[in-house]
Amino acid sequence: MLTRNNAGTATLRKISFTVNGRPVAIEIDVRESLLDVLRDRLEYTGVKQGCSVGECGACTVLIDGTPVNSCIYLAAWADGKEVRTIEGIAQDGQLSPVQEAFVDEGAIQCGFCTPGVVLSATAMVESGKRFTHAEVRRELSGHLCRCTGYQKIVDAAERALREAKQLDE
Amino acid sequence: MFDICELHEPATLREAKERLQAAPDLRVVAGGTDVLIRLQHGHLAGAGLLSLRRVPGLDAIRMLDDGTLEVGAMAPFTRIFEDPLVRAHAPVLAEASVSMGGPQIRNVATIGGNICNGAVSADSASTLFALDALLRLETLEDARVIPIADFYAGPGKVNLRPGELLTAVLIPREGYAGMGGHYIKYAMRKAMDIATLGVAALAKVREGRFVELRIGLGVAAPVPIRCAEAEAWAPGKQVTLDTLAEIAALAVKPSRARTSWRASKDYREHLIEVLVQRAVAEAVKRAGDCCAD
Repeated sequence: MLTRNNAGTATLRKISFTVNGRPVAIEIDVRESLLDVLRDRLEYTGVKQGCSVGECGACTVLIDGTPVNSCIYLAAWADGKEVRTIEGIAQDGQLSPVQEAFVDEGAIQCGFCTPGVVLSATAMVESGKRFTHAEVRRELSGHLCRCTGYQKIVDAAERALREAKQLDE
Repeated sequence: MFDICELHEPATLREAKERLQAAPDLRVVAGGTDVLIRLQHGHLAGAGLLSLRRVPGLDAIRMLDDGTLEVGAMAPFTRIFEDPLVRAHAPVLAEASVSMGGPQIRNVATIGGNICNGAVSADSASTLFALDALLRLETLEDARVIPIADFYAGPGKVNLRPGELLTAVLIPREGYAGMGGHYIKYAMRKAMDIATLGVAALAKVREGRFVELRIGLGVAAPVPIRCAEAEAWAPGKQVTLDTLAEIAALAVKPSRARTSWRASKDYREHLIEVLVQRAVAEAVKRAGDCCAD
């Protein structure tokens, strides 16, 4: 399984994974991040590129259900995994309960951070675990938003968790 | 794209050791949340990566027969924070684990990577110092277990021999049994920040008196440190506010805080004095005794 980059030759490798439930088999360069492959090769442009160093959370995707910064995750590591992006959250044109909660709470302004935040909130709801107010804030703390000031985002995540009976008031 | 020349993904520990022995210059990557960021910043250019992500079993957390808590080097911080064994026996490690990075980082970043980076600010390091943790280091032919204090050689420098891999962090029973603990991370932000100072305190108390005290400090010197003088002074002393103040004053002594853009030397020394008192007081409380004055 060794690929080598001699004098600029590509370091190519075939990987298979699923994106939003759809099987994907693709030849990648091992130097690519998962973010690169999702955005540039597979055109999942809902995955945003922000800081590129794992600080802003805009590139968050779910890998086997867990939020991960795709900018500092090698595409090669996604081999065999289940990846979800914001494009896979609405089903048959219907917004998910988390997305509905974001709309209801007005938790969106420019929308750049929103895909990542929705994915982190979705991971919370789908975990089936119960969360306190403090834990909700903690689980969203890996996202930077320059518009809403966070409270509406927290309110939206809490609304979704409350409706799913997973919020400890 | 990351400026790397190759990526090895061994499927077994043996294969990883063979590969590292054959090419000791390979950069070992665990969660990647440090190595890949350094590559983004233009460091480590042209490095070959040896990824341990496909090696099975290196992320296990288990209790050994002799009461040693074994945390696999590839255990991510979220897993450590949620692990029932860690929570039951070394909750201070769970506390430190959840203070590290943000959720997405903790889902990927590993304790082994955190230690091997040699960062003095590593939230796990000062805590593992206070827990008297040991590290299991393995090469293809050899294995050794050393105290974590012997591992740190300087800022960003650790005593890994060529071809050597950190496979597990071991917390012996004496390291955690009967001790109440508390970790305080002091940073400008509550999340996604690097510690200005990290204080881990472990205390054993009987009838209002210290039986044992261990204090680990991060970012107080070029490497994480223990506060030997304060630890030697405390046993037998009544737990009072005066005692806590004396412990804190002694805890500042071994520090070699420096001024950086994050904080000045004076400010860091002030933080040590204040936060050691708070951390020890809380550790005492958790040890099942209250602070009397």
